[in-house]
Amino acid sequence: MTVAARAAKGAHSITDETVAEHGLNADEYRRLLKELGREPSLTELGIFSVMWSEHCSYKSSRVWLKKLPTTGPQVIQGPGENAGVVDLGDGQAAVFKMESHNHPSYIEPYQGAATGVGGIMRDVFTMGARPVANMNALRFGAADHPKTRHLVGGVVSGIGDYGNCMGVPTVGGETNFDPRYNDNILVNAMTVGLVDANRIFKSAAKGVGLPVVYVGSKTGRDGIHGATMASAEFDEASEEKRPTVQVGDPFTEKLLLEACLELMAEDAIVAIQDMGAAGLTSSSVEMADKGGVGIDLNLDRVPCRESAMTAYEMMLSESQERMLMVLKPGGEAIAERIFRKWELDFAVIGITTDSGRLVVRHGGKVEADISLPALGAAAPQYQRPFTMRPKPAVIAPEDVPAPNSILGALETLMGSPHLCSRRWIWEQYDHMVMGDTIERPGGDAGIVRIHGTNKGLAISCDVTPRYCAADPTEGAKQAVAECWRNLTAVGADPLAITDCLNFGNPERPEIMGEFVGAVEGMAEACRALAFPVVSGNVSLYNETNGVAIPPTPAVGGVGLIPDIAKIARAKLAKEDDVLILIGAERGHLGQSLYQELAQGTTEGAPPPVDLDAELRTGNFVRGLIRAGDVSAVHDVSDGGLLVAIAEMALSGGVGAELDAPPQGLPAHAVWFGEDQSRYVIAAAPKHVARILQQAETASVPAKIVGKAKGRALKLPGEAPLSLDALRSRHEGWLPGFMAGG
Amino acid sequence: MKASVVVFPGSNCDRDAAVALEAVMGRPPAMVWHGDAELPKSDLIVLPGGFSYGDYLRSGAMAAHSPVMREVIKRAQAGTPVLGICNGFQVLTEAGLLPGVLMRNATLKFICKDVHLKVERTDTAFTRHYAKREVVRFPIAHKDGSYFADEATLDRLEGEGQVAFRYCETDGRITAAANPNGSRRNIAGVYNETRTVLGLMPHPERLADAALGGTDGIKMFLSLVETLN
Amino acid sequence: MKARITITLKPGVLDPQGKAIAGALHALGFGQVGDVRQGKFIELDVTESDPKKAEAEIKRMCEQLLANTIIENYAYELEAA
Repeated sequence: MTVAARAAKGAHSITDETVAEHGLNADEYRRLLKELGREPSLTELGIFSVMWSEHCSYKSSRVWLKKLPTTGPQVIQGPGENAGVVDLGDGQAAVFKMESHNHPSYIEPYQGAATGVGGIMRDVFTMGARPVANMNALRFGAADHPKTRHLVGGVVSGIGDYGNCMGVPTVGGETNFDPRYNDNILVNAMTVGLVDANRIFKSAAKGVGLPVVYVGSKTGRDGIHGATMASAEFDEASEEKRPTVQVGDPFTEKLLLEACLELMAEDAIVAIQDMGAAGLTSSSVEMADKGGVGIDLNLDRVPCRESAMTAYEMMLSESQERMLMVLKPGGEAIAERIFRKWELDFAVIGITTDSGRLVVRHGGKVEADISLPALGAAAPQYQRPFTMRPKPAVIAPEDVPAPNSILGALETLMGSPHLCSRRWIWEQYDHMVMGDTIERPGGDAGIVRIHGTNKGLAISCDVTPRYCAADPTEGAKQAVAECWRNLTAVGADPLAITDCLNFGNPERPEIMGEFVGAVEGMAEACRALAFPVVSGNVSLYNETNGVAIPPTPAVGGVGLIPDIAKIARAKLAKEDDVLILIGAERGHLGQSLYQELAQGTTEGAPPPVDLDAELRTGNFVRGLIRAGDVSAVHDVSDGGLLVAIAEMALSGGVGAELDAPPQGLPAHAVWFGEDQSRYVIAAAPKHVARILQQAETASVPAKIVGKAKGRALKLPGEAPLSLDALRSRHEGWLPGFMAGG
Repeated sequence: MKASVVVFPGSNCDRDAAVALEAVMGRPPAMVWHGDAELPKSDLIVLPGGFSYGDYLRSGAMAAHSPVMREVIKRAQAGTPVLGICNGFQVLTEAGLLPGVLMRNATLKFICKDVHLKVERTDTAFTRHYAKREVVRFPIAHKDGSYFADEATLDRLEGEGQVAFRYCETDGRITAAANPNGSRRNIAGVYNETRTVLGLMPHPERLADAALGGTDGIKMFLSLVETLN
Repeated sequence: MKARITITLKPGVLDPQGKAIAGALHALGFGQVGDVRQGKFIELDVTESDPKKAEAEIKRMCEQLLANTIIENYAYELEAA
């Protein structure tokens, strides 16, 4: 019998098994007894179990997350609220966050992904911001793994159906295929919203005697113990966890969005938070705890869609599309009018008190009475033991075999799951609704105009898991740098990031070491680039039968474009434009996609990031873009220089004639090396001399590599590769794979 | 010219339609809540895109029964021009103001991309600003855009000149490859018998601004302003 | 009373979802499967206890909302709650 069923039957005995089923170990239970001062009721045990779960308490990661830089002149709100907020000037702010929904998406990909999108959008609009753009970062297993196709189809339609119904454009994302995600896919969803800087709503419920109001969908038995599932690994028994996956209703969420924004325009709300993981429990506890008050709930008032729900079930339910608000006295009337208009449930279910405790009543009985600090501040905090793996050796370019044909290798890479076009995915997302999408998916960053202005927001999601697996510190540094670079490549000023730190089991020292190393790498890059973390999420225990995912610290960045007439795109469209490589070339092939093609596996150290060079190079490129001197810009990343040029050619429809690389590095290291902090720009011949001069003045390496020409890619000494042939490989892999071929 | 944009629960292109209308009218349209039994005096009524009622049951089916639709139908029958975009087109067919049905795309997937359309006739309030046989580029974004009617109805539509737009290649040829969703006879939009009600799946309001990549859509709104002022 | 309503596509109307389902079944080895048509099943409770009146109500619901009679047929069963 499940715990929930036992709770329904009113069985009260807490056995060791009950405690274990709630995801608490013996030490944690002892701590609970000490905090509570007595044995808990089953409802109280449930409440502790979710508040002390990894997902809600960050017990393994909190200590390390403190190392991340979270401040700056542009930061209005750092981590600790439902989402982060940055200043955009002119009285406006961007609200954004990224969240993971990994475990549920593996079990039920459509609903797992859909509710992930729903959850992150609520985190943004609960702060008063209308969502204006969505992005996602997806990691799937190998193409030949039997579950991959089904998971890709389910996740993409789940994200699409939810986001499209909400009417928020999905403007980009990242997708990787790697066997190490075979049994643990990752679905990280990001939302960016816009708000007036003086109308930001927070979650601290300050004030005693204020009405606590529940709005949105009715409560059912969905997702009970979702928070504890997110904190546990999979094993063969995971199939049976199917009932815990929540089902999303984007139509109701759209109504909820409009109703909340309508109420937020009035003067009725003291605090508001969405009910996400751990539902009513986490929202009521967090709101009251932050406000320094107590909270009394009367569960008889909670709108339920199932009959005979127990206190336990109501407190732990993760039914979607619900918000909890604390209103000013008398605010209930206007709130009820608005929520009834939008045909949403509305109920006053409690009151704030001065007790500093959570008191839960149901059917006249007190089912829970817990001090709030016991659930928050007293939550366990672990300094888990960790080991750092030795840094791998740097692979010399000469040690990676050359291909028979450079263009042949290019064609294979472009047609591989790593680099192929993701059009099959993003054409299922409405990327144009709301009428402000300036740059559609497929570019370096998504760009949306700030409605009613000439300014824009650039958004990018980045991480290279294979780099992180080889060296978590360098890899995480690279993730932040690449995000900063992508925003720069379209002409934006990078403002801040959110993150989803996806790792395996932190109770294993080598995994904890990955986490510690990654946080260190991120912190260093964030500091050097003045690119702070304003929000984020940690997802641990992404492993199955002891095999963990590669460390995957996904970064989501937002930048400001002061004038959308001055942006850059990666489209090579003008014949005779000169192609210039900006940035230092070292031919680094370790952990490159080319190395995997040539040797069947990647090895060695990942390409290092020189943060000073990154800053200098990026600022230089941004300056060129703003001066209007470049016709196209693309950053160099996976696959290296030749892949970047090929992507530009395919995007703009004009080919390129490339110069033979100078003597020194092996040719394949020049074309496929993944040295960091580099861009390819296309500029009219008349600008070239000046650009090269300016680069020298700025101490930024720059060299001509070829020119835009014709309808093919031409390298000296090889047969040309027609764009048509390349396009056919590039566009063909993913639809072919999804069709079952 | 006075315009009204109806907002159903779940409409999400209402603002986009209002922005396009305001750009040509010089003032904002009235936003009319589905629950209102009354409609302001309007020279044009717009049913915008979106997911009214989540597209649950059938796209547009529940919205077609909204209180405001009784008045919309009355006005349409009295000759007031009505423009239904995407979900709006679905509502118009469910309400019986336009013939046919919009069904699930042949690919079974949501599709968001640009398509090319042949403007079939340029003598209506909606298309005066287009050139004869002009090929335009509009975005589509839908899962249920496959236009269906039985052969007799289709023949009648063709014969009566009620086909408004057809999916085509960039050079105007009507081909299967240019048809994104399996619509019969590549039909992307249809008129009623008096050509005062137009429903189309593509979104003219999404390419009505050079910053967004195109302005073919603005011509429809300019046509309307010119005709109705 | 409880009504069980089945809504199906009229014969001759193309059913791409049914086709996709047939394909998937064949791929799983169910070679004997022929044509597949996908429909909808709606179960609802009405307070009306007179079967004739309930039936008339259900019919009206089907005609007005639950089925699009251009492309769909409907069938229903009624039973005491």
